[in-house]
Amino acid sequence: MSFLDYAPAPESTSVLNLKKQYGLFINGEFVDGRGDGFATISPATEKHIAQIATATDADVDDAVRAARRAYDTVWSTMSGSDRGKYLFRIARLVQERARELAVAESLDNGKPIKESRDVDVPLVAAWFFYYAGWADKLDHAGLGANPRSLGVAGQVIPWNFPLLMLAWKIAPALAAGNTVVLKPAETTPLTALIFAEILQQAELPAGVVNIVTGAGATGRALVAHPGIDKVAFTGSTAVGREIARTIAGTSKRVTLELGGKAANIVFDDAPIDEAVEGIVNGIFFNQGHVCCAGSRLLVQESIHDEVIERLKRRMSTLRVGDPLDKNTDVGAINSREQLDRIRALSDQGEAEGAERWSPDCELPTDGFWFKPTIFTGVSTSDTIAREEIFGPVLSVLTFRTPAEAIAKANNTPYGLSAGIWSDKGSRILAVADKLRAGVIWANTFNKFDPSSPFGGYKESGYGREGGKHGLGAYLATAASGTSLPSSIAPSVPAELSAPAELSAPAEPATPAEPTAAEPTAAEPASTTETTTAPNGAAE
Amino acid sequence: MHDAGKELARPTALEMLDGPITDASLRRYLDGIPGVDAVGLEQRAADLGSRSIKTTSKAWALDTIIRLIDLTTLEGADTPGKVRSLSAKAVTPDASDRSTPQVAAVCVYGDMVPYAVEALGAHHSVGGEGGINVAAVATAFPSGRASLAVKLADTADAVDAGADEIDMVIDRGAFLSGRYGQVYDEIVAVKEACRRSDGSYAHLKVILETGELNTYDNVRRASWLSILAGGDFIKTSTGKVSPAATLPVTLLMLQVVRDWHLLTGEKVGVKPAGGIRSSKDAIKYLVTVAETVGEEWLQPHLFRFGASSLLNDVLLQRQKLTTGQYSGADYVTID
Repeated sequence: MSFLDYAPAPESTSVLNLKKQYGLFINGEFVDGRGDGFATISPATEKHIAQIATATDADVDDAVRAARRAYDTVWSTMSGSDRGKYLFRIARLVQERARELAVAESLDNGKPIKESRDVDVPLVAAWFFYYAGWADKLDHAGLGANPRSLGVAGQVIPWNFPLLMLAWKIAPALAAGNTVVLKPAETTPLTALIFAEILQQAELPAGVVNIVTGAGATGRALVAHPGIDKVAFTGSTAVGREIARTIAGTSKRVTLELGGKAANIVFDDAPIDEAVEGIVNGIFFNQGHVCCAGSRLLVQESIHDEVIERLKRRMSTLRVGDPLDKNTDVGAINSREQLDRIRALSDQGEAEGAERWSPDCELPTDGFWFKPTIFTGVSTSDTIAREEIFGPVLSVLTFRTPAEAIAKANNTPYGLSAGIWSDKGSRILAVADKLRAGVIWANTFNKFDPSSPFGGYKESGYGREGGKHGLGAYLATAASGTSLPSSIAPSVPAELSAPAELSAPAEPATPAEPTAAEPTAAEPASTTETTTAPNGAAE
Repeated sequence: MHDAGKELARPTALEMLDGPITDASLRRYLDGIPGVDAVGLEQRAADLGSRSIKTTSKAWALDTIIRLIDLTTLEGADTPGKVRSLSAKAVTPDASDRSTPQVAAVCVYGDMVPYAVEALGAHHSVGGEGGINVAAVATAFPSGRASLAVKLADTADAVDAGADEIDMVIDRGAFLSGRYGQVYDEIVAVKEACRRSDGSYAHLKVILETGELNTYDNVRRASWLSILAGGDFIKTSTGKVSPAATLPVTLLMLQVVRDWHLLTGEKVGVKPAGGIRSSKDAIKYLVTVAETVGEEWLQPHLFRFGASSLLNDVLLQRQKLTTGQYSGADYVTID
C-alpha cells in the first residue's frame, strides 16, 4: 500500500438526526405540502436521504401571507438591536451545529466534507454575524437616515452552495427588517430544512422566515406572487431572464446573481506554484459548480507549456471520491442532469478540436462523477470557451500581451469574476481596472468574505450581495418612493408608492392578480398589488 | 553520500548560469526564478496540513517518522555521557517495543563525533546502507561567523572523526548583502572539505537558517543557490533561531527540490529542523513531502527531521496504536 492511498477517514454521519420526511416551513412550523413531494438523494451514491414536500401555489401563498403577517406585526416594528440579537443567535447556533450542517451538506450536495466544513459552514456563520452587526446601524448603510425595509422578500437559491446561498439571502434581508420566503434548490433542500430547525431553536418569531421546497414551478409561483416586494435569485442566466420578464413592470425589486465564465489570467511573472494552486482552486473547488469559477484559463504564451505541465502534475494528486472522506478534494457532481450537461459540453469541446486531458483516477461506480478535466488548444470561438459548463472542466487559452489578455477576458457575455496572477502590483491594478467583472481576485481565487460585495456585470446579473452593498439591496431610502410597496409601514403615506404606478397603464389593479397577500388589517390599502401592472417595461 | 565522488559543484550549475559564476550572474539567475506568493504558499501548506491520516496510514507514518529523525543534541552543556545516552536512544528508541525502527542519524557538535561513533559501535552505518549515521554541525555553527579557513577546518575535523554527514550553515550576512558568489564558493569549499581520504564524501546538508532570511523569495533563492553549489540536502534551520522549521518554508524548499529534479534528474534532500515536536505536526510534513515531490522522498537519504523531543511523542503515539491506550511520559525514556 502506498502512503498516498491514505486510509479512509470518513466523517461520521451519526451526528445527523434526519427525519424520514420533511414538510414545508411556514409560519414557524413544519406543515405538509399540498404537492406530490419528492425524494432527495445523495449524488455520491444515489441513495435516498429523505422525502421532501412540494409546495404548490397555495402553499406558496400561505408562506407569503405568513411572511407578510410577521412583517407587519413583528419584524418591521422590532428595533434593529433586537433583530440583531436574533441574527447573532442564529449565527451561534450555526456554529454549534456546524459539524451536523457540514455532514448534511456534503451528503445532499456531494461536495467534499473539507469544503463544507472549512468553507461553507464557517462562511454561513460569518454572514449571519456580519449582518447581525448591521441590524442596528442601518442609518450608516449609505442610504441616509432611517432607511426602510422593503417588505417580504422572495428568494430562490441554487444547489451549488445550498446553505451558504441561504445565508447570503436571509442574513441581509432580516438585518434590514424584511421577512422572507425562501425556496431552496430541488436537489439540495436538506440543509435549509435543518436551518429551519435552527430557527425554531433560536425562537425566531413565526413567519419571519418561511422555507418552501419544490422544483421550478414552486420558484415561479414565489417570484410571481403579488405579495412579495423583492426578488433575490441566484442561479442560471436563463432562469434569471425568465424572472426579469416575470417581474417586469411590477414594483418588485430584484437582484440577480447569475452565471459566469471567468477568466483566470496568468502572466509570465506570476508566482507559478501559487498560480497553479489558484487555477486548481478556481475550477475544481466544489467540482466547478461555482458561478464565479475560473473556467477560462488565460495563460501567457511564453509560460503556457510550463504552467500546463505543472497543472497536470498537481491535478494528478487530486483525490476524487467519497464526499464524506476528510481527504477528498473533489466530490460528486450534484445531479445526473448536471453530469449529462458537463459530459455533453466536454464531448463538444473535443469534437471542436480542443485537446482533452484528465488525470488517472478511479471513479466510484454509483453516483454522479466526472474527472477533473482540462482542455488545451481552445479557441475563443469554441463552445467550451463561451458557455458556462458548471463542472470541473477548464478551458485553456493563451495571450501575448496584457492588452490581449484584457480583450479576451472581457470577450464573454458574462462578467461575474476574474483572476489575475502577477508579481507586479502595478500590472495587477492596471489590468483589474479594465476587466468588466464584479469581483477580481489578485493572486488568489474563490475567496469570499461577508464584508465584500459580490455580483456581476452584463449577463451575470445585477445588484450586489455582501457588504454594505448587499444591505442596500434590501433597503430603500426614507425619501424614495419609487419602489415602495405600499405595505412597507403604516407610517409611510401610501402616496409614496404612486410613482411606481405612474409608469403603469392607468387602470387600477390588474384583476388577474390573486387577492392581496395581506389579510391583516394593518394594511393601509391594497395598493401594493396594483403595482404589478401588465407593463412590459424592463427594469 | 549516495553520489560519492561526483564533481564538487554540480556540473549543470555552469551550464545553467551560462557563464562564469559571479555575484552578478548568480543574481541574474536567481532573480529569474518565479517569486513566491506568501498568502498562497501558506494556504497550500495549511491545506496539506488538514489531511486526515488514520489507522494503517498513521501506523506507517509513525514508523517512517522515526526512520527519518536526526536525533539531535546541540547544547553547550553536551558531554560524552549525554551523547552516549542519545546514541543508545537512537539504537533502541523504545525499550518496551523492540520492533520500533531505529532513527536515521544522531546529530551532534563536531567535538562529540568520536563519542557518538564509539557509542553507536556496530550500529554505526559507516557510510553503508542501514545503520545509523553520525551527523555533525560544522562551519562555526550556528552563526557561521568565522573565517573560511576555520569553517573548513571545523568540517574536516568532524569528517576525520567519522562524521557521515555535515550540517553546514550558509553565511546569511553574505546572502542578505547580495554576495551570492561568496555563499556559493563557501558551499563548494565545504563540500570539498567533506572529502574523505578514500575519495568519498560525507553527505552535505546546507542550513539556510530561514528564520533569518525572512522572506519566502529569499528562501527560494537560497535553496537554488545551495543546490547549484552542490548541497546534498537543504535544511531549514539551526534550531537556534526563531522561527525555525515551518510547514510553508518546508513546502517551498520541497518545490525547489522537485523543480531541480525535473530539470536535472538529480534528487536533493530536505531537512526541516527545529520546532517540530508532535507526531501530528510531523505527519503534516510527510503529507507535504508525498504530495509535493512524491512518496519516494520519504527515505532517509532524501528527507530528515531535525528534532530532539519529537521522537518521544511519536513513541507515545505508536504505543497508543499498538495497545489502544495512552501511556505517559514515564513510559518513554529520556535521552
